[in-house]
Amino acid sequence: MLEVLQFEFMKNALMAGLLTSIICGIIGTFVVVNRIAFLAGGIAHAAYGGIGIAFFFGLPYIVGTLGFTLFAALIMAAVTLKARDRADTFIGVLWAGGMALGVLLLDLTPGYNVDLMSYLFGSILAVTKSDLWQMLTVCLSVGLIVLFFYNDFLAMSYDEEFARLRGVPVKGLYFLIIGMIALSIVMIIRVVGLILVIALLTIPPYIAEKYVRSLSMMMLISTLLCCMFTIVGLWLSYIFNLTSGSTIIMVAVSAFFISFLVQYLKSRCLYAKAIGN
Amino acid sequence: MDKPVIDIKNLWFSFNGEQVLKDVNFTLYHKEFLAMIGPNGGGKTTLLKLMLGLLKADRGEIRVFGRPPRQVARRIGYVPQNIHINKNFPISVLDVVLMGRLRSGISRSHYKKDDLIAAQAALGKVEMEQFNNRHIDELSGGQRQRVFIARALVTDPEILILDEPTASIDAKGQAQIYTILKALNEKVTILVVSHDLLALSSYIKSVACVNRRVHFHGAAEVTGEMLEMAYQCPVELIAHGLPHRVLHSHNGD
Repeated sequence: MLEVLQFEFMKNALMAGLLTSIICGIIGTFVVVNRIAFLAGGIAHAAYGGIGIAFFFGLPYIVGTLGFTLFAALIMAAVTLKARDRADTFIGVLWAGGMALGVLLLDLTPGYNVDLMSYLFGSILAVTKSDLWQMLTVCLSVGLIVLFFYNDFLAMSYDEEFARLRGVPVKGLYFLIIGMIALSIVMIIRVVGLILVIALLTIPPYIAEKYVRSLSMMMLISTLLCCMFTIVGLWLSYIFNLTSGSTIIMVAVSAFFISFLVQYLKSRCLYAKAIGN
Repeated sequence: MDKPVIDIKNLWFSFNGEQVLKDVNFTLYHKEFLAMIGPNGGGKTTLLKLMLGLLKADRGEIRVFGRPPRQVARRIGYVPQNIHINKNFPISVLDVVLMGRLRSGISRSHYKKDDLIAAQAALGKVEMEQFNNRHIDELSGGQRQRVFIARALVTDPEILILDEPTASIDAKGQAQIYTILKALNEKVTILVVSHDLLALSSYIKSVACVNRRVHFHGAAEVTGEMLEMAYQCPVELIAHGLPHRVLHSHNGD
């Protein structure tokens, strides 16, 4: 089994999996505790519009995609702050609109037929060294920002009003979180695809949340779970010759339902005990 | 009485086109213990949030310590009404209390030893120090309420504002909380929103009735009318050994 590690692409894939796991562990924790999974999904899909812009105008991937995605993400963030009760609809519109814009622009791009599937499910086996460097940069910057603002992020995620009273710049930091989500998503979708990004941003933190008492532990456990899903998924996809991204997602989704079942049985047990007494 | 700690003049506030507060005038002095009563939707929580600077008034003036609320929010301890927010949030009791020690500046990301000591001491004041390591979700309603009071106390507030601190607590728990507040009142000005005027009556020094307008009763006396407002139904006035004094009716009603 270990002989697969001799392949350069497998080493890169594992490295990419590790870096993705760290980013998803940190950012996904914020997504889950702030209940903005839908917003994160919107950002990831709107990113497709950015990919279209990058190809159509012949811009570098990073410039086109990151520019458009950040723009869409900050609009979503502003709407969420201004009109919370209708924000979901607005996000849905940007979600669909970004996706459609991407497809149309790629249609209009002469002589280029980009494979939509590779952006949906990614191609972790095709990660290059320069992709890895970019991911490492994002990983470090996200890590440092979160380290510096950890207590502020914690307070505003738990109790926004109280955080405001203590002088936490809640609005600015909210935009910063959304910006970090956008940056992370853009970095990761090229590697693992936007569907995998959403799965990895939400499933590991959701499972981790049940067993921890702090955000930092939640980030750590999510990262470890994420790593596990990626490695198991890659291994299964290698053995059974399956699409790697989808296999990783299926591993994560299976874990999600198993943890759900375990929680359910646990609460049933506690209930039975309580009745017994 | 010295200078007022909270001074509100001709305050108007509307939300979604509906007038929530009309021409409110209100003064709170140092070391006061004020109970705020009134029907649901009468504007109690709104008035608190205006005092905290979380909401902005349409018209009128609010001064806390002689300054706009936003500038002095750090000197007010706030215990919100909804203590069940984010019940599953991964956070320990101690970390909730430490939120009261948040500071700005470059060393913001680390709590120091004196922060931990202060948080532990605040938990001690509400007799919750042995729960410091628990998940907030493992506590009962009353215990969680006391943790939120500790979080407000650790800010070392000059005014303590509590929004229905005994809403989901049994009679014994309520008495405990009011006893804690009474001890705090030696140093701190306290403003508490409550439906439990009877339970509070032996602690408070004054009462404000809030129902769009605010009527202030400077001396702590409980009238049948005020209780009706608190409970929204006619009640008999019962108190243990307290002589019943009758307040003047609201001018202009």
